[in-house]
Amino acid sequence: MLDSRSALRTTREAYAKSFQNEKKKILICAGTGCLSSGSLEIYERLIALMKEKNIACAVELKRETAGDALHPVGIKRSGCHGFCEMGPLILIEPEGYLYTKVKLEDCEEIITKTIAGGDVVERLVYHKEGVSYTRRNEIPFYEKQTRQVLEHCGQIDATSIKEYFAVGGYTAFEKALFDMNADQIIAEISNSNLRGRGGGGFPAGRKWSQVSRQPEGQKYIVCNGDEGDPGAFMDRSVMEGDPHRMIEGMLIAGLACGASEGYVYVRAEYPMAVSRLKSAIAQMREFGLLGKNILGTNFSFDLHINRGAGAFVCGEGSALTASIEGKRGMPRVKPPRTVEQGLFEKPTVLNNVETFANVPLIINRGAAWYKTIGPENSPGTKAFALTGNIENTGLIEVPMGTTLREVIFDVGGGMRGGGQFKAVQIGGPSGGCLTAEHLDLPMDFDSLKKAGAMIGSGGLVVMDDTTCMVEIARFFMNFTQNESCGKCVPCREGTKRMLAILQRIVAGEGREEDIDLLLELADTISETALCGLGKTAAFPVISTIRSFRSEYEAHIRDKKCPAGSCQKLKQIRIEAAKCKGCSKCSKICPVGAISGKIKEPFVIDQAKCIKCGACLTACPFKAIAA
Amino acid sequence: MNRAYMTIDNIPVEIAGEKNILELIRKAGIELPTFCYHSELSIYGACRMCMVETGRGALEAACSTPPKAGMHIKTNTEKLRKYRKMILELLLANHCRDCTTCGNNGSCRLQDLAKRFNIQGVRFPNTAEGNDIDDSSLCITRDQNKCILCGDCVRMCNEIQDVGAIDFAHRGANMKVSAVFGKSLADSPCVGCGQCAAVCPTGAIVVKDDTGKVWKALDDRAVKVTCQIAPAVRVAVGRDLGLHRNENAIGLIIAALRRLGFDEIYDTATGADLTVLEESAEFLKRLETARAGGTPLFTSCCPAWVQFAEKKYPELLPSLSTARSPMQMFASVIKEETSRISSRAHVHVAIMPCTAKKFEAARAEFRQDGTPMVDYVLTTQELIRMIRESGVLFSELTPEAVDMPFGASTGAGVIFGVTGGVTEAVLRRISNEKSAGALMALSFQGVRGMEGVKTTAITAAGREVRIAMVSGLKNAADLIENIRSGREEYRFDFVEVMACPGGCVSGAGQPPAGSAVKEDRGRGLYAADKMCSIKRSEENPLMMNLYNGVLKGRVHELLHVNYNKEKIHA
Amino acid sequence: MSARFEYECVDKIVDELGAKPSSIIAILQGVQEEYRYLPPEIFPHLARRLNVSEARIYSVATFYENFSLDPKGEYIIKICDGTACHVRKSIPILNRLREILGLSEDKVTTGDLGFTVETVSCLGACGLAPVLTVNDKVFPAMTPEKAEKLLAELQSKRNTGGAQNA
Repeated sequence: MLDSRSALRTTREAYAKSFQNEKKKILICAGTGCLSSGSLEIYERLIALMKEKNIACAVELKRETAGDALHPVGIKRSGCHGFCEMGPLILIEPEGYLYTKVKLEDCEEIITKTIAGGDVVERLVYHKEGVSYTRRNEIPFYEKQTRQVLEHCGQIDATSIKEYFAVGGYTAFEKALFDMNADQIIAEISNSNLRGRGGGGFPAGRKWSQVSRQPEGQKYIVCNGDEGDPGAFMDRSVMEGDPHRMIEGMLIAGLACGASEGYVYVRAEYPMAVSRLKSAIAQMREFGLLGKNILGTNFSFDLHINRGAGAFVCGEGSALTASIEGKRGMPRVKPPRTVEQGLFEKPTVLNNVETFANVPLIINRGAAWYKTIGPENSPGTKAFALTGNIENTGLIEVPMGTTLREVIFDVGGGMRGGGQFKAVQIGGPSGGCLTAEHLDLPMDFDSLKKAGAMIGSGGLVVMDDTTCMVEIARFFMNFTQNESCGKCVPCREGTKRMLAILQRIVAGEGREEDIDLLLELADTISETALCGLGKTAAFPVISTIRSFRSEYEAHIRDKKCPAGSCQKLKQIRIEAAKCKGCSKCSKICPVGAISGKIKEPFVIDQAKCIKCGACLTACPFKAIAA
Repeated sequence: MNRAYMTIDNIPVEIAGEKNILELIRKAGIELPTFCYHSELSIYGACRMCMVETGRGALEAACSTPPKAGMHIKTNTEKLRKYRKMILELLLANHCRDCTTCGNNGSCRLQDLAKRFNIQGVRFPNTAEGNDIDDSSLCITRDQNKCILCGDCVRMCNEIQDVGAIDFAHRGANMKVSAVFGKSLADSPCVGCGQCAAVCPTGAIVVKDDTGKVWKALDDRAVKVTCQIAPAVRVAVGRDLGLHRNENAIGLIIAALRRLGFDEIYDTATGADLTVLEESAEFLKRLETARAGGTPLFTSCCPAWVQFAEKKYPELLPSLSTARSPMQMFASVIKEETSRISSRAHVHVAIMPCTAKKFEAARAEFRQDGTPMVDYVLTTQELIRMIRESGVLFSELTPEAVDMPFGASTGAGVIFGVTGGVTEAVLRRISNEKSAGALMALSFQGVRGMEGVKTTAITAAGREVRIAMVSGLKNAADLIENIRSGREEYRFDFVEVMACPGGCVSGAGQPPAGSAVKEDRGRGLYAADKMCSIKRSEENPLMMNLYNGVLKGRVHELLHVNYNKEKIHA
Repeated sequence: MSARFEYECVDKIVDELGAKPSSIIAILQGVQEEYRYLPPEIFPHLARRLNVSEARIYSVATFYENFSLDPKGEYIIKICDGTACHVRKSIPILNRLREILGLSEDKVTTGDLGFTVETVSCLGACGLAPVLTVNDKVFPAMTPEKAEKLLAELQSKRNTGGAQNA
């Protein structure tokens, strides 16, 4: 139980020392990605092997005591390294070796060669285009990144507050608690120009100062961890990989705004994040960093975790607070705004995970330093989840204002399988599609807004030329329509109609007037929907029509899918030259669309064909193609 | 004080404490379209019809935007018309459009706005599902195929009535209004107050229609058909039947009913006089015997409240007055007296402002040999419908009077139709001062007004008697919780409960109306009271005849009921 | 309704989380973890304990995707249909599993309560797309063939009375 500033400092120094004294560190990624490919089994095997070989190892950081000469090898379950594609990942420090796609069988060699011998296991390092990259930081995926918010992810044990102490954890909170008053904290955050990472980009400092000004005694700090955008997992990685970082930000917000209670709302789909946060909170209680009179001051703060129950709309502020209150997650009209009457109708600071995780950095190193990263109006870094038809999928962090080209082709390694870049969907179902002409656009709040997209929470889904943009628009509309809360008419009824129209277009039943009707609906929804999610629900349709109108027209007028992706628009044909006339296709065809004479080329009656594809697999001569 | 102004469609309008610009816009004489706005319910902001354009061209929902001095808004621009039309088109695409056969034909807001915004076609296929119609309730009928999910009924049922029979279920395009597990209303905590129907802008929830049964009885020459008309009805038919305002139209209603074929027509105010006498006696007796600070005596003339108590507060049932409601007392007397003089088949119809009365009439407690004493209950809406159907030109009629032998009533009976009225009538009975001045003073004792919670205190039976009057079942539930808290300020001897906010004038059987119209109806009843030469129930000369005649030795059998039974009703 | 329903377990959950309306979601989550669905018996019971209407509890239970009013299978297989998984063809995996188990969009649980197959919005394991989960354990980089093999393993585990975790 830490009851004073000096107690915190002594503890931190003690853990820092023993962290530094570790001879080596084996950091096994325990993010959701690597866990699912068996990293926990690897972790256990490594421990067993170390014991077997009598190598002193520590799974838990011990407080360094005077004269303690034991320098063990630390084995740690770290947060997400980001390079999920290559998992399970193991990082060996201090050498900085990164082993990829590690299997149980590799453990023995890792220990004998690397831990005992200090040599690298060549075959486990990352190879690309004939080059092998021994050290993590040499890999292009990492080389071009600026990992600040994610700096601890992969570097410390994500399940241990002691390791967080060891790397300077809670120094920002300490500084804010003892050396700054509320106004100074808010001024620092305001000066840093930190903008909300949840999508809107609202200045965090302004939000905090609005809450701090409310006369109400009870206030709340709420962290939005309901990262619902399909294709986004930045917040999950922070919650799983460095939970204390985000909580420290919340504590500082509590100090600044005079709030004594906080809530973290985590998506139901993130069970690992929930358990890491729960254990982080338990450890904080143990050390006296939560509860009454923290570190002997009159600041008290407590934290609750609420699990979502499966509703995308709960990412919207007022829906989220309604959900914490045990209600249906339906957004409400504003005013009053969340800063005036949020959770339980009390003034509430609502920021997302990444925003809170930025706060300790700003307090520690100052607003002036923070503003040296990224553009003036959107300083700092941004984490993106890189997915889709791209070589290196995973979690990345780059300075705001980095161009799309740098992200996709440098960090992301370009298109998967050498495909042609077609578009990138940014900001999930609320975002828009950016195309080749936007490749040199700096990614920050304002530039993207100008281009008709939004940074959203930071999901980047890269698409190549085999992706049909009408189908993508349909996919997002299907998502939004499924997730509409149903409260306001334009979103509930409008998205349903837009989806129906898109469905008929991809099925080849589009009508000439459909594009105009889609745009008319999109306009109504965007202008009149109740909440932010509704207002942006039609963006994927608007932006794909803007950039790929000809694809829509091809579906509607020519009944063709230029990307060759829409099943119902495929034309299945028999290549006469290859066909031997065996009649297998006509026998399997469920609608009798194929006919011909034995030993002569068969033909498909397109009017009858239902594009089921049965003939494609039945043909022994590969004469049938779609 | 400085006056604050904002500009609405180029006209400066003074801001006078309005909570939102919608109120201000309507005050300025512009009928901004809405589906989900009701001043008495919380702001929902879902229909998006009331959006207006602000100075900078941004759109805001008027219902949820507070007025600010210097604000400029426009309520009717090309953009707004376009969006409103699209919203209507979207709603209509998901709506059963059998308007001509709809129970709400002609009084449907969706129909009205579709006409107003000149919707000439719907470009989307109609997806109103073939949901079953729920007619399990005796009071209301629910047809989800006509629901536009404005949520008015849900907020009414939960916020104002605290009944919790219905709520939203599911979400998005699958969202619907539903009882738990989609059960029927009959299987839900519904108390039949019908306030959901009163706020429903479409035909999704309508008052059950029993006019066919009444027509049939009227057509049967072998059957004698009598009826009674509740106080609140007379002040709610005028506008719908061609009068300029909702003046007291009792004489015209009687004239119309005679033309419809009713044999005898009576005024429920007479029944109310009986209730006043019985309830006052019960109350005085209780004041003498019950210890101070015990559970108060609750009125029981509101059938929705009785059901609410049965379902939510069964432990309170022993404290409900055993005096039957005016409708039931009067029906017992009429049925009994009529059977004495003739063996002809007799159907008794009660014309009520209330949907729950349909349920009360069907209760097992109010049957004799299986036949209900009130055979049919017609709501005000159904009365209007029958008069229209008959072709009788209501406004051209000459007022007529009620029939004998039950043709005498008092002002005390008439004011039953408004919150606080039962209390005032009982106070007139139990107060010792009988002068005209004392009567006048009573009306100023906090018993009048449409507020949901009123309290007063008088001296009776030698001590201070404290009385609470609540209307709206949420107010009742809150009061009950407060009484249970045992705090001194919530010690009451008598509690009047009316389920509908404002009392029977706001009954769900009345034509739907805003709060101003409801208040006007209340004033109409007080005016009718003023016109009565007899203002105290005990001074009604008919009472003496009844107690010495038909009621002799049968007061308990004919005028009382015990709701406090193991099995509540068949 | 079954007269034999044991409320002790439900009461324990309520006591732990607090008998207040704001705990509804957490309580329902607790109940569902226990029973793998929300048994109808709990609705009147919770309504009394939390002092809210049954209709309100039902409205919350039907709003959130994760709550099920129908009993679910011993193995709950969720196929991620987030963007990344969708572009990397998750639907054929779903179709294959449904086909083998005789399930569809409307029928998500097998008659013997062995398996439930449903889709789930993004699990955030996009780097491993397409993924599916079995009782919350993530299986990366699936194909219809791999899914079929996994299913066969689960089926044999079930037949030999295997545990709930995959």
